[in-house]
Amino acid sequence: MKRISVQAQDFDVAGEMAALEALGGGGVASFTGVVRGGDGLVALELEQYPAMTQAQVARIVDDAMARWPLLGVSVIHRYGRLEPGARIVFVGTASRHRTAALESCAFLIDWLKSHAPFWKKEHFEDGATRWVEARAEDEAKAKGWGG
Amino acid sequence: MTALTIVYFAWVREAIGRDEEQVDRPAAGARIADLVEMLAARGGGYAQALGDPARLRAAIDQRFAPLDTPIGEAREIALFPPVTGG
Repeated sequence: MKRISVQAQDFDVAGEMAALEALGGGGVASFTGVVRGGDGLVALELEQYPAMTQAQVARIVDDAMARWPLLGVSVIHRYGRLEPGARIVFVGTASRHRTAALESCAFLIDWLKSHAPFWKKEHFEDGATRWVEARAEDEAKAKGWGG
Repeated sequence: MTALTIVYFAWVREAIGRDEEQVDRPAAGARIADLVEMLAARGGGYAQALGDPARLRAAIDQRFAPLDTPIGEAREIALFPPVTGG
């Protein structure tokens, strides 16, 4: 199973997990990214490169499926305006082996952070805005997986 | 010779004030970096957005590409800051 969705609307984590569990592998790992509040943040705006995003995420998923014995992968990434507490991204992996499920899940989120064409802009309560800067450590984490 | 489409994202798009435009295809052998330099020379928002290539990333026909990649027969070049998804 390979499910990739780039969407504006929210998603149902329980439903995604159930679909991965139903594959019968016995091991399911997941990561959910949520907008962090604080410092007067009122919203995150996620911009994407629509013509590229889906294909690029699919390449990253294919990489994961080539590296680990996976029965299923689900990646959902939202775009648009998201308020604190809103879900941004979901990665779920299913395998017969827990190491494969856990490692591939970590690989996928590391690679999405540094290799998927999304940009985050922060909106604050005083009206100020700021583009989030890429962090060198995120790039280093992705590189740490090699390949 | 077909025109070349350039698309901009995030603060590059904001500084330039547009998300897409067509330009004349640069001379054979030109790299993305040459295109960036040519656009930055327009001044104003272009210089602001593209004046420091070290802050930029690029894609050719929807695939990431280093700035020293030749443009070749590409149809679409994208210029943007390092990505911050996930």
